[in-house]
Amino acid sequence: MGFFLEVVLGGLMAGVLYSLVALGFVLIFKASGVFNFAQGAMVLFAALTLVRLMEILKETFSPFLIALLLTIAVMIALAWVIERLVLRPLVNQPGISLFMATLGISYVLDGFGQAVWGSDVYALDVGIPKRPIVLFESMVPGGVLVPSEDLAAALIAGLLVLGLGVFFQRTRIGRALRAVADDHQAAQSVGIPLNTIWVIVWTVAGLVALVAGIVWGSKLGVQFSLGLVALKALPVLILGGFESIVGAVVGGLIIGVGEKVSEVYLGPAVGGGIENWFAYVLALLFLLVRPEGLFGERHIDRV
Amino acid sequence: MLYREAGQFKTTYGADQAVFPIRQDQLFIALWLAVGFVLVPLVSSEYLLRAILIPFLILALAALGLNLLVGYCGQLSLGTGGFMAVGAYAAYNLCVRIPALNPLVAFLLAGGVSTLVGIAFGIPSLRIKGYYLAVATLAAQFFLDWVFSRVAWFSNNTPSGSITAPPVTLFELTFDTPVKKYSLCLSILVLFAAVAKNLVRGRIGRAWMATRDMDVAAEIIGIRPMYAKLSAFAVSSFFIGVAGGLWAFVHLGSWEPLAFDVNRSFSILFMVIIGGLGSILGSFLGAAFITVLPLVLNQLPQWLGISISTAMISHLEAMIFGCLIVFFLIVEPLGLARLWRIGKEKLRLWPFPY
Repeated sequence: MGFFLEVVLGGLMAGVLYSLVALGFVLIFKASGVFNFAQGAMVLFAALTLVRLMEILKETFSPFLIALLLTIAVMIALAWVIERLVLRPLVNQPGISLFMATLGISYVLDGFGQAVWGSDVYALDVGIPKRPIVLFESMVPGGVLVPSEDLAAALIAGLLVLGLGVFFQRTRIGRALRAVADDHQAAQSVGIPLNTIWVIVWTVAGLVALVAGIVWGSKLGVQFSLGLVALKALPVLILGGFESIVGAVVGGLIIGVGEKVSEVYLGPAVGGGIENWFAYVLALLFLLVRPEGLFGERHIDRV
Repeated sequence: MLYREAGQFKTTYGADQAVFPIRQDQLFIALWLAVGFVLVPLVSSEYLLRAILIPFLILALAALGLNLLVGYCGQLSLGTGGFMAVGAYAAYNLCVRIPALNPLVAFLLAGGVSTLVGIAFGIPSLRIKGYYLAVATLAAQFFLDWVFSRVAWFSNNTPSGSITAPPVTLFELTFDTPVKKYSLCLSILVLFAAVAKNLVRGRIGRAWMATRDMDVAAEIIGIRPMYAKLSAFAVSSFFIGVAGGLWAFVHLGSWEPLAFDVNRSFSILFMVIIGGLGSILGSFLGAAFITVLPLVLNQLPQWLGISISTAMISHLEAMIFGCLIVFFLIVEPLGLARLWRIGKEKLRLWPFPY
């Protein structure tokens, strides 16, 4: 029982990390209808920038804070460049062209990030405690072991979702973002500047990528494979629905638990390594019942 | 002036329904076939054949298959690499388990196996659409990757997981030299292109296109969406499966599951998009572009006489590749095939102003 709880909790923690990446996808899809494949590359790029800047700024009084601010500036610049050079010329193109364009962006970001910052594995230490802590000692014999870095990640993700929720519901810009998500033309006609909104959305997605990069990077080290996290986030996305922030979180948790439980209990029977595809199949099964994901918007087709 | 159908009268129903009704088109096709079958084998070097032309032909076949699915039927698929792997492993297993079987027949049977797998993974398309479907087809990609690398039976229990293909033969003829391999690939590609060209202008093709343009409307005018979508998945997977078999047997010779990973899927999708969705010609142009571009980018520093580290080259390559993709999408969102169409319109009047 204790072991099972440990597996489930481990899955929940992993799920939180997936949600972090999926959030970035959802934000951009909600506001611009672009399926942003470059989110994984943005995670890698943000983490690389941060970790290398910290190295350069080692001598200053607080390398992490300064590097963080600089990285945020870089992500804002990146959002602006993407909007200017890629999105604006591609306005009104079909979704598949935009999807391909983001694939192109992800190539550029991968190449650029590694060309500028190098392609080794870098350790990222931002002071998240690593010691595992024991929970439920009174209920289960031996207790349940939880790595405290995962707890910290969950906390950060929770705060991020809360912050995004407040940002979307309570601020002026958030309202504008929701209006754009509802209807581009209507939003434009009441005077919401579409281009500015896109820059803001990509900036927010970039910042979410930065947070995901920090959390993932301090867990796995900052390296090329960090970009592949995006592939893990895709099933989360279709499970939760492309347009729903709540969906990204709930989907992440379901996928995380499903993956870990299946890997532990089903994996040995079929030869292991099933976590690469299990999430996809799980998401697929959900989709067969609800084709637009758990929290996605139901589309009504009219001829 | 050069490309004008004036004066070409169609006097029979047959002539009216010809695949290429205009004489210039017929000439053009004949010219290209002559170049492909006669001139290229005579003049090209072994390197050119082995490194560029053979991969181009095989990937063009895969792109053609994917274009039928994405460009004509509108079902976005990211599982191409997986279906190619199905073709490759099915052909290999057929050859190993049934020694009497000719590899060329095995290719076709492997295409059939790929078709069945494609239909199985196409079933979700009846419920889900768009990006949801695209991500769902990634499930096929990762699942098939895993099956072929983990289940030892498929690689005939080789400990390393790397597979060496038996030689491809036809009667007494063994396809061992690059020129013979090239001719084999070209023949198969021409055959399949002819099939594709005829399919898309027939009843099935029109059903696909109606489904692509608006599936609800198509259903209302009496097109069965299940039949249209699954047939597109089936035909497309067949093409891709045969291409996978060729890629493994003729181009690679020996391979590992990694040869058919998700990057292969993306690169073939790139070919289709860059070349032009819903265009047979586009599949060829896109395949040529995506095959040649990395080679050029790789050689460019040498030609320019700049020496940089290989890691740097690969990073720069990725950057330039990404930039070019975006650039082409911006400049010509309808693909390279569109340029050809514009060129034909221009040639119609040239050299007169109007």
